[in-house]
Amino acid sequence: MTNASLEKAAIARPSQGLFDRFRLRELVLIPVIAVVIVIGSFVSSSFLMPENLLNILQQSSELSILVIAQSLILICGKFDLSLESTVGIAPMFAAWLMISDVSIGGSGIGISGYAGIAVVLATGLLIGLINGLLVVKLRLNAFITTLAMLILLRGITLGITNGQTLFDLPEEFLYLGNAKWLGIPASIWIAGLLFLFFGLMMRYHRIGRAIYAIGGNPEAARVAGIPVERITLGVFIMGSLLASLAGLLLTGRIASVVSSQGQNMIFYVFAASVIGGISLNGGQGRIIGALTGVLLLGLLQNVLTLSQVAAFWIDACYGAIILLALIITRLSGETPRA
Amino acid sequence: MSAVETYAAEAHGINKRFGPIEVLHDVGISIPVGDARALVGRNGAGKSTLVGLLTGLYGANAGEIRLGGRPAPSLGDRQGWRERVACVYQRWMVIPHLTVAENLFLNNQPRNGLGLVDWRRLREESIAVLDDWGLDVAPDLDAWRLTVEQRQIVEIARALLQGSRFIILDEPTAELERREVNRLFERIRGLQEQGVTFLYISHHLEEIYEICRTVSVMRDGRVVADARLDELPKDRLVAAMVGEFAASGAGRKSGNSASKARMTSGLDIGGLTVKDSLENIDLSVHCGECVGLAGLAGSGKDKIAEAVAGLLNPDAGSIAIHGTKTPLGDVGAMRAAGVGYVARDRHVSGLFPLMSLGDNLTTTVLPKLGPFGFVSTGRQSDMVDRQIAELGIVAASGSQPIGELSGGNQQKAMVGRALASDPKVLVLAAPTQGVDIASKDALYRIINAARDRGMAVLVVSDDLDELAICDRVEVIFRGRLTRSFARGWSDQDVVAAIEGLY
Ligand SMILES: Nc1ncnc2c1ncn2[C@@H]1O[C@H](COP(=O)(O)OP(=O)(O)OP(=O)(O)O)[C@@H](O)[C@H]1O
Ligand SMILES: [Mg+2]
Repeated sequence: MTNASLEKAAIARPSQGLFDRFRLRELVLIPVIAVVIVIGSFVSSSFLMPENLLNILQQSSELSILVIAQSLILICGKFDLSLESTVGIAPMFAAWLMISDVSIGGSGIGISGYAGIAVVLATGLLIGLINGLLVVKLRLNAFITTLAMLILLRGITLGITNGQTLFDLPEEFLYLGNAKWLGIPASIWIAGLLFLFFGLMMRYHRIGRAIYAIGGNPEAARVAGIPVERITLGVFIMGSLLASLAGLLLTGRIASVVSSQGQNMIFYVFAASVIGGISLNGGQGRIIGALTGVLLLGLLQNVLTLSQVAAFWIDACYGAIILLALIITRLSGETPRA
Repeated sequence: MSAVETYAAEAHGINKRFGPIEVLHDVGISIPVGDARALVGRNGAGKSTLVGLLTGLYGANAGEIRLGGRPAPSLGDRQGWRERVACVYQRWMVIPHLTVAENLFLNNQPRNGLGLVDWRRLREESIAVLDDWGLDVAPDLDAWRLTVEQRQIVEIARALLQGSRFIILDEPTAELERREVNRLFERIRGLQEQGVTFLYISHHLEEIYEICRTVSVMRDGRVVADARLDELPKDRLVAAMVGEFAASGAGRKSGNSASKARMTSGLDIGGLTVKDSLENIDLSVHCGECVGLAGLAGSGKDKIAEAVAGLLNPDAGSIAIHGTKTPLGDVGAMRAAGVGYVARDRHVSGLFPLMSLGDNLTTTVLPKLGPFGFVSTGRQSDMVDRQIAELGIVAASGSQPIGELSGGNQQKAMVGRALASDPKVLVLAAPTQGVDIASKDALYRIINAARDRGMAVLVVSDDLDELAICDRVEVIFRGRLTRSFARGWSDQDVVAAIEGLY
């Protein structure tokens, strides 16, 4: 072909424009967050006080760790509804093992606080492994499998202690949830570092990119040499591990384990992830977007509480605003023809 | 080179079942290093299944596969397979929400010293690849935005980038236009000179004679012939493919019965304009007439088809069916007005892969199958059986999920579905893509019969065989209709007009 070089020279590469190039669509929530902050500062003079802001961040830290977990799983093209039950059962099981007094609901074994932390994480790991094996090896539907798991684990949590709340936990066990590092709650540091770590991993590590590929088209990913099953299994395990860590922090913050710990959190996890641009169809969205979703929900909750909205109406407002945020994110991005 | 290395790929005594259906029976094939082997056969003969086995997508139920003289890796060892064979599959293997650059280097991204993805180098190397293929897209474009042929080129480029010494191409040109096919062939020849082995599947036999040296013919799940192409004339090749059927019918002339166009208006497009792609298009197809609309990929021919199907809302213009203007950009209204449409890209639009073949064939006519929205299953299956026979679809039964059918058979089902509703206007985009040479004939006969019943048919294509059944061919170049050819045109003139050289 003689005119090949001519053709090459003639190619002007139209870029997708600033918005797409820098992937700013992940950050569409920033202006919304700014608006909420401005409204918040009008609603209450205490809103912008550092204590209040730190309070918001601390209260969002467990949710945000769950959002990271769910985002990984969603990007991989799967679901895990049982994360919220893992938040409850992992520390509950550990607490039960730690408490030596049978009369207040303990097992009488009395393992140490450090062993308790290990039990929390091991429980998370095991749940993730079971979920993963059911979905990956038995090819069960992730939605239904993890829904069943959600119910099952919640039931076990209630069963272990006959619905009792467990107090009197070892200091070491509660440490991470209530310590302060450099004047800032440790759980904020932990959540922040996890966002940084997983944000970078998803963007720059080949396993992160492989997770996107699997969520986008598992068959094509397999053909490209990606170990689809192994990575999917790993993602389920990592998700549950993170959920158990969130449970540990929550327990530390409130210094006890309630049998309903984590209940209903999954709704906010999904809301934050999806508002943050993580697609339920897999293969789309970024961890940084999910972070903005969490921040928005945390700020909203706080502003609604500080404002004079009657307590009974707060949930309704919250729901309406989540819907609105979804509409905004949808309108700001283009999606392929279904 | 030692003796064991003389075969790039071998398969011996292969049996392959999907569930209860045995698809391959005792298949054997041996491809020497450096060979350019064609694999041909009718739709459903088992070509893609064999490709799946040779690339480790699934395992055989019996038999042995060797690559490069050694036994094939285990199924779990994807990386092992990738080192020994690269493949462009018949089905899409792009990841829609990753960028073009990442799709090109999927799981193969350039990495920096820390082992992390080096995005800048990824971008630069992709630009080099894209330039090399003359592909005019930004590397950071999401892959779902690519056109059908751009996507195909990305897949081909990716397979060639893999650096394998054995490359399989399963109908790589079904979606490409001539210029891109030429570019691909140049590339293949270059690699052949370096000793790379090819297995090439296509229903375009002239392509096979152009770039292959040897051929294996499959029929009904068996390899029935191996030969050198320079010793096998085309008619004998076709005879081997179709077996007991007479091969004479296969060819272009069969479609050419004279037009009985009644001069009543069927489809009338007036002043159709779409910003940056169509300018003031006037096009009429009478009842009982079959008109071809030919043009390059970016010429706007697909836009016209989409506008008539109601998938695209033009900026100006009108579309009338049997003289009645229809609302634009409304799929439901167009269908109600009597438009049947076969989309170019069956992977995206059209098929419900998990639903049965029968359900797919009858989605457009369910209201006719029973009262109050209830479907009479008896009537449905009668209709389905008739269609399967008429269209020559190879399937286990009407209840087989359509996603399991071979590529060409899915295409036949798409055409069958569009015809089932007995539309007034039928718009067909590349209706025989991926369809084997004998089945093409059957499709042409069906389209002709529909035309003779008074349907207005618009065939949007740049395939000369498909255009040959048309009474008239309109050529579109850069968004304008440039030439019109009445029956009796020469292929050269049409091709020249399509390329904009007239
Ligand atoms: N996953 C599957 N499950 C069941 N049957 C299948 C599956 N994949 C393929 N088949 C069947 O195997 C047969 C061979 O299909 P294959 O795709 O290999 O044909 P082909 O020669 O590539 O045809 P084409 O030219 O149309 O692409 C077909 O009858 C098809 O219905
Ligand atoms: Mg095939």
